[in-house]
Amino acid sequence: MLTLEPRTGNTHLLQTLTPVLAVAITMLAGAALFASLGKDPVEAIRIIFLDPLLDPYSRSELLVKAAPLALIAIGLSFGFRAGIWNIGAEGQFIIGALTGGATALAFYDISGVWLLPLMAIAGALGGFAWAMIPAILKTRWGANEILVSLMLVYVAELLLSALVSGPLRDPDGFNFPESRQFHDSATLPILLAGTRAHIGILITLGISVAAYVALHRHVFGYHIKLMGSAPRAASFAGVSTTTMTAACLGLSGALAGLAGLFEAAGPVGQLVPSLPAGYGFTAIIVAFLGRLDPLGIVLASLVVALTYIGGETAQFTLQIPAAAISVFQGMLLFFLLAVDVLARFRVKYMRRAQ
Amino acid sequence: MTPSKPVPAYLGEVEKRTKRDPSRTKRGKTQWPQTIVTLTAILALVVFALWGGLNPVLLAASIMVAAMPLLLAALGEMVVEKSGVLNLGVEGMMIIGAIAGFAIAVETGSPLLGLVAAAVAGAALSLIFGVLTQVLLANQVATGLALTLFGLGLSALIGQPYSGIKPPAFPRLNIPFLSDLPVIGPILLNHDLLMYITFALLALTWWFLYRARHGLILRSVGENHDAAHALGYNVIVIRLMAIAFGGACAGLGGAALSLIRVPQWTEGMTAGAGWIALAIVVFGAWRPGRVALGAFLFGGVTVLQLNLQAAGLTPLWLLVLGLLLFAVNSTAKSLAESTPAHTRAMIPLWIATLIMGMIATTYPISIQTQYLSMTPYLCTIVVLVVMSADRLRANLNAPASLGRTFHRTG
Repeated sequence: MLTLEPRTGNTHLLQTLTPVLAVAITMLAGAALFASLGKDPVEAIRIIFLDPLLDPYSRSELLVKAAPLALIAIGLSFGFRAGIWNIGAEGQFIIGALTGGATALAFYDISGVWLLPLMAIAGALGGFAWAMIPAILKTRWGANEILVSLMLVYVAELLLSALVSGPLRDPDGFNFPESRQFHDSATLPILLAGTRAHIGILITLGISVAAYVALHRHVFGYHIKLMGSAPRAASFAGVSTTTMTAACLGLSGALAGLAGLFEAAGPVGQLVPSLPAGYGFTAIIVAFLGRLDPLGIVLASLVVALTYIGGETAQFTLQIPAAAISVFQGMLLFFLLAVDVLARFRVKYMRRAQ
Repeated sequence: MTPSKPVPAYLGEVEKRTKRDPSRTKRGKTQWPQTIVTLTAILALVVFALWGGLNPVLLAASIMVAAMPLLLAALGEMVVEKSGVLNLGVEGMMIIGAIAGFAIAVETGSPLLGLVAAAVAGAALSLIFGVLTQVLLANQVATGLALTLFGLGLSALIGQPYSGIKPPAFPRLNIPFLSDLPVIGPILLNHDLLMYITFALLALTWWFLYRARHGLILRSVGENHDAAHALGYNVIVIRLMAIAFGGACAGLGGAALSLIRVPQWTEGMTAGAGWIALAIVVFGAWRPGRVALGAFLFGGVTVLQLNLQAAGLTPLWLLVLGLLLFAVNSTAKSLAESTPAHTRAMIPLWIATLIMGMIATTYPISIQTQYLSMTPYLCTIVVLVVMSADRLRANLNAPASLGRTFHRTG
């Protein structure tokens, strides 16, 4: 019979190879899915994975999509490593957009270079505060952070919808449930003329480098790894579970909030009920695909962003339904988790003892 | 090991442990305050609904219907968790069941075939989770999330041609005379078939877990998989069966939404019901009866938050309700456990409730509907906090191996 034996020693190479393998298998399974929908599979895979890379505008859009994914996923990866599961990044994203956006609307008549940093701080604080709800309920009363953070996603969605059709509604907007368009000094500067690539992309890159250092070169990262692999040893070494839970949830909340603000003040430019696009959930896939490592996550975010951009193109050229892309992303995570067994275990044939 | 052998010593230990559980033996002492608070919540909402001019009989009947999907999903997940597996993919399995049941019912014209399809689809999806976590030893939390993301996407893909269609109606139970009885008739004896299947499943689950030998084995696997393995039970196969049962139940729950409760197909129609079912399992402390109570409580909250707006429920009244529950909780606890803190808090809480009630009657402030729609989600959070606050009891009730990976060596 086949048995699994834990691998010992260095598995770095395998760890990097398995995500690539998972993407390859997903492409094959995706091709089968598209074929079953009656589309040309080779054509579909080419449109989704290759075409966006050839067109300059699509390349810039790739960055626009990848930035929020990477930002959220980096925050999540810290908690996932430590065994703290923040599933409500989508909610923290919305609240960040709300608090940052409300700041922009509060200073609607005033312009200045200080406004964008202020909005960014407000957005990050909003996301942080929203993530502190599950953190406090977990550390104080032991409530499960998975369920609490997830429930808060629905609350945040309803709050956004209530606020943009209430206090934050555009006064000249014919009662449409949306806010005013942010004015110029509340909109993120564009990096490349003619595209939507905004300065948030650079900030995301900077944060991922900082996160890499924090994870691999700082005691904070060491404590996180320790808590994830040996919780008891961590508590004996004086790592406080309470502090780490709050830090992990708070950090991921702040980054998700920042991502939400970038989305509102960047490509969208106002607060609308349709602002949350599921980035908070897709970022979970990105975090795992990037091996919970900041640099891996940056690469993974580009791959997943590719499926978004290519998926949009495939929608109108091949009439592939939008939902097919989320199936595709879900499959990616499945295959990744399945292939992962190869990196962690050696598959061995063993004769059963008689 | 053949089933005819006597119960091994270790399993007897499990049985004893369950019996020694304080929330079981000292039922009269520690458990009733919580039940009282739950019942007060239900009663207060019902009183309010009556006061607002809602028809109590229709209301009770619709709460039953709203609770059904939650009960099915939570019951299945409870069995899964009893076997020591945490499947966070309930939402994904529910929505796959919803669309599979809907599509098959529409295509064949038979709602019963729809139910079968929903159960099969839920079980099939859950087995992906089962193989990944049990055979390939993947992380249960991550895999459960993947299941939800995948299920939501796949259901949207399958469901595209089905939006805006009406499904075929279920045959209703119609016993001559009995179903026409004034109150009991509409509430209990005039439902769709699935309602009675749900209750049968509830009874069967209870019997299986606490009265059948195989249920005992399943619980022992959930308490200590290494010991169960050492006794010769196949942990992986038992868990896979539990996971498939949970998936089938979640699928049926989804079909209950799309075929009976709504009845229509819309993308993402479960809207967190699967996650609420997970919370109900915690609320119900992994016991069938209390899981059912939780499902009815949440069913009640979802129905009432729609109806109470019409009945003039203002946010101030929600505060009154919150204070009332705290007051009842303190009174019950001070009577049951004579905790001084509760006795001291009791009188100010009742006074605060009364004052708040007077304020609420004088100032009818209305709010946007979105805030009232938040109530099921906020209630879930409150319930989780209350249930987890008593850590000792929470730890005693939860299966000891819950969420731990079983790696067979040899």
